[in-house]
Amino acid sequence: MVRLSKPTLIIPPSTQTFIMTDSLAIARDSILAPAGLAESDLDRLLGSLTSASIDAADIYFQYSRLQSWVLEDGILKDGSFSIEQGAGLRAVSGEKTGFAYSDELQFPALAQAAEAARAIARSGQDARVQVGKAPIEHRLYEPLNPIESLADQDKVALLQRVDAEARRQDPRVREVVASLVAVQDTVMVLADDGTLAADVRPLVRLSVSVIAEDKGRREQGASGGGARADLGYFLLEDRALSFAREAVRLALTNLEAVDAPAGSMTVVLGAGWPGVLLHEAVGHGLEGDFNRKGSSVFAGRIGERVAAKGVTVVDDGTLPGRRGSLNMDDEGTPTQNTTLIEDGILRGYMQDKLNARLTGCASTGNGRRESYAHLPMPRMTNTYMLAGNRDPEEIIASVDKGLYAVNFGGGQVDITSGKFVFSASEAYVIEKGKLGRPVKGATLIGNGPDVLTRVSMIGNDLKLDEGVGTCGKEGQSVPVGVGQPTLKIDSLTVGGTSK
Amino acid sequence: MPTATIEDTGERLARLQETIDDLLKEAKRQGASAAEASVGSSSGLDVTVRLGEVETVEHTRDNGLGVTVYFGHRKGTASTSDLSPAAVRDAVQAACAIAQHTQEDRCAHLAAPELLATEIPDLDLCHPWAIEVEEAIALAVACEDAARGYDPRIVNSEGASLSTGFGIHVAGNSNGFMGGYPTTRHSLNCAVIGQEGEVMQRDYWWTTARAASDLEPGRAVGERAAERTVSRLGARRLSTCEAPVLFRAEVAAGLLRSLVSAINGTSIYRRSSFLLDQVGEPIFPDFVRIYEEPHLLRGLASAPYDGDGVVTRPKDLVTAGVLQTYLLDTYSGCRLGLQTTGNAGGVRNLRIQMGAKDRQAMLRELGTGLFVTELMGHGVNAVTGDYSRGAAGFWVENGEIQYPVEEITIAGNLKEMFAGLQAVGNDCDFPGSTRTGSWLIDRMTIAGE
Ligand SMILES: [Zn+2]
Repeated sequence: MVRLSKPTLIIPPSTQTFIMTDSLAIARDSILAPAGLAESDLDRLLGSLTSASIDAADIYFQYSRLQSWVLEDGILKDGSFSIEQGAGLRAVSGEKTGFAYSDELQFPALAQAAEAARAIARSGQDARVQVGKAPIEHRLYEPLNPIESLADQDKVALLQRVDAEARRQDPRVREVVASLVAVQDTVMVLADDGTLAADVRPLVRLSVSVIAEDKGRREQGASGGGARADLGYFLLEDRALSFAREAVRLALTNLEAVDAPAGSMTVVLGAGWPGVLLHEAVGHGLEGDFNRKGSSVFAGRIGERVAAKGVTVVDDGTLPGRRGSLNMDDEGTPTQNTTLIEDGILRGYMQDKLNARLTGCASTGNGRRESYAHLPMPRMTNTYMLAGNRDPEEIIASVDKGLYAVNFGGGQVDITSGKFVFSASEAYVIEKGKLGRPVKGATLIGNGPDVLTRVSMIGNDLKLDEGVGTCGKEGQSVPVGVGQPTLKIDSLTVGGTSK
Repeated sequence: MPTATIEDTGERLARLQETIDDLLKEAKRQGASAAEASVGSSSGLDVTVRLGEVETVEHTRDNGLGVTVYFGHRKGTASTSDLSPAAVRDAVQAACAIAQHTQEDRCAHLAAPELLATEIPDLDLCHPWAIEVEEAIALAVACEDAARGYDPRIVNSEGASLSTGFGIHVAGNSNGFMGGYPTTRHSLNCAVIGQEGEVMQRDYWWTTARAASDLEPGRAVGERAAERTVSRLGARRLSTCEAPVLFRAEVAAGLLRSLVSAINGTSIYRRSSFLLDQVGEPIFPDFVRIYEEPHLLRGLASAPYDGDGVVTRPKDLVTAGVLQTYLLDTYSGCRLGLQTTGNAGGVRNLRIQMGAKDRQAMLRELGTGLFVTELMGHGVNAVTGDYSRGAAGFWVENGEIQYPVEEITIAGNLKEMFAGLQAVGNDCDFPGSTRTGSWLIDRMTIAGE
């Protein structure tokens, strides 16, 4: 599942080199030192979590700070700051996982959690564990604190400029809500396989939503973006104000929208955020846990054709500065660029350590968790389709009658039956190769294993989304990215009201 | 873990109240003119089994505090998972720092003292379950076994899980409010996979309650999950058409939730609702009564006071088809020039008056049309009421189920769907705080092949 909308080109912030041990030093300073935890305490904890019948054990420390601001009616009316910290301790024996967490980081609380977690295995001698070195290779973002990257009064001023920019676009703009969120998430992972790694993850996001009203009709438009960067990201290239203009454009477009068509038809999906198609149609179905359990419609289909020739889909956690990117996953494995579908053939699944071990392969760096209070599982990072060679205008011109959908609100999938939906929030009819009137939002529904076999044209305009996606799975939310070039799908069901 | 927490509930409650006192005092010390705070502490056990074996055993333990400070009509909020005295000080300081930058908002204030709850009735919400891990595992396994043994077409499982949780939540403000009480919640759920030919289907069932003795037996939960899964096998698509639609009770509850979000005060003052200016107007046919019962004993959404400390009251939202009220908290009430309705944090134990017809009678009333049992996606436009969702269910002819259907959408507009409600069944058969039977809507567009 992915929520929220909006595409257009994102330019990743330039990454600067820094010494990677910075992250580990920051993690030690902000997590271990205040709790009075020494390196020897970590060895003891990991040792008490591990015994002869335990196959794997890890400890995940987290210290997360979040600040948010909300502007409404031209008034900066709400602001909040929160700190979350804790440690999750996991012991794995075969397919069994014992898990306990604590928001107290003092040794006795952690020792008690370790005991609870390891009860999953038959009792045995404590194993001796020596925590090792970090294998981190990526420098996809700086270990900065975005909350401190801009003075508070400048954050307020930025939201006020966003509000003013939205209102000056059109007198029909009635309500504007703008919000700014900055997060610094410091995580540290120790595992009995020798992993000792830390990652300091900045994340920023700006959202704008407007209501436009005309002759008694009201419509909403929403836009926004984000990155793993500091708040200066929104000041670059007029970015924050462009989100305001885009939200207004969408609301005004929707004021003109007529009923959407109903039935199966040719659908052209725009570049960027419409890649939510890939996230729902194939992404979740290719997560390692569902495939190990045989509950995914894609289980056991490696090597088979699941998409048209020319369709290549990857999950890439290594894109600099992107919302879905991570230097390492939440098990300390460096992220990578994993080919899921290559030229239409299913090539691989996304794995965490547990599912990789149980299915005899290697983790792909997709072991993610919402927080220390949640267990890791295979999750997507940035999932996108590589570009083809068609001009987007040529693609639209090739359609006699169909729908051109460029903005989406989110989607959902049933990985067992393969049925997925995603809901268009900006779409136009195509008639005789030309774009017609905008139509109201409509849900599109399809079947994961065959929708990509109906891709008949792939654009040369690959775009990634603006950095607003959040994926939910089994109650855990994590930031993700999606992307794709303009795509023509020969037949997809559109859930409008007009025949 | 719940077992360890039962005896000292009173002591924990007192300790959390002290933390609230400390937060309010600290806010005053740091110059705030008013403040409100809440703290919570919870613990629990979740076990998941799959194919008869343990998959996960999770011990949960969460703490949190939140404080909002007011400097006149400017406010700031902070929260943390740490309840230590140092964290209390830091949280108040962080909230005060935020309030330096927020702007005057005449509606940013506490609820008036006369609206605040002074007595906290016992709503019978706390029934700790002293269950051992091994016992929890056995119950989950029995539940999953019942599902797996139900039909040979059940070929795989996503497992069964049992969870039990105990929590204490305390809130207070500088207008003199202080309230707190312990609650428990237990649940058992099961999801299995059926196969026919190459096609797999998955479905689930669950039970949840304040007291373990109110849970549905595990065997029944498992069998229900399996029955629902098997009934989906052999699903076809439909041709695009218009037809009447019967929403199974648990999906009809989603329509009630859409109503609730449309009459939420925030949606109203932001003008982002399709039900603006509708209080006193008919929005449903005249047989419809929708109401909330916040003080139900053992109710899953019961609460003696709302998120602002204001007393909650039973009330009608819709009487004889006419919208009676918006759902307001202190802030949105002020924005609309109205008094709070005690709905900070939402609606509690929402109900619709059920009709006389059971499932079979409702299907006969549907005649020929779609019986929707599952909805997918987020295709509800709160501003316009436009409704377009992925759906699965059964095609019905002359009151008889013909075959399962999937990969279709249903579309319409909520305003018209509400006005077009033909009947509400008495077939409420799902757990949770919202109670409704199935809803028959006169006409919707179904998109398929
Ligand atoms: Zn997702």
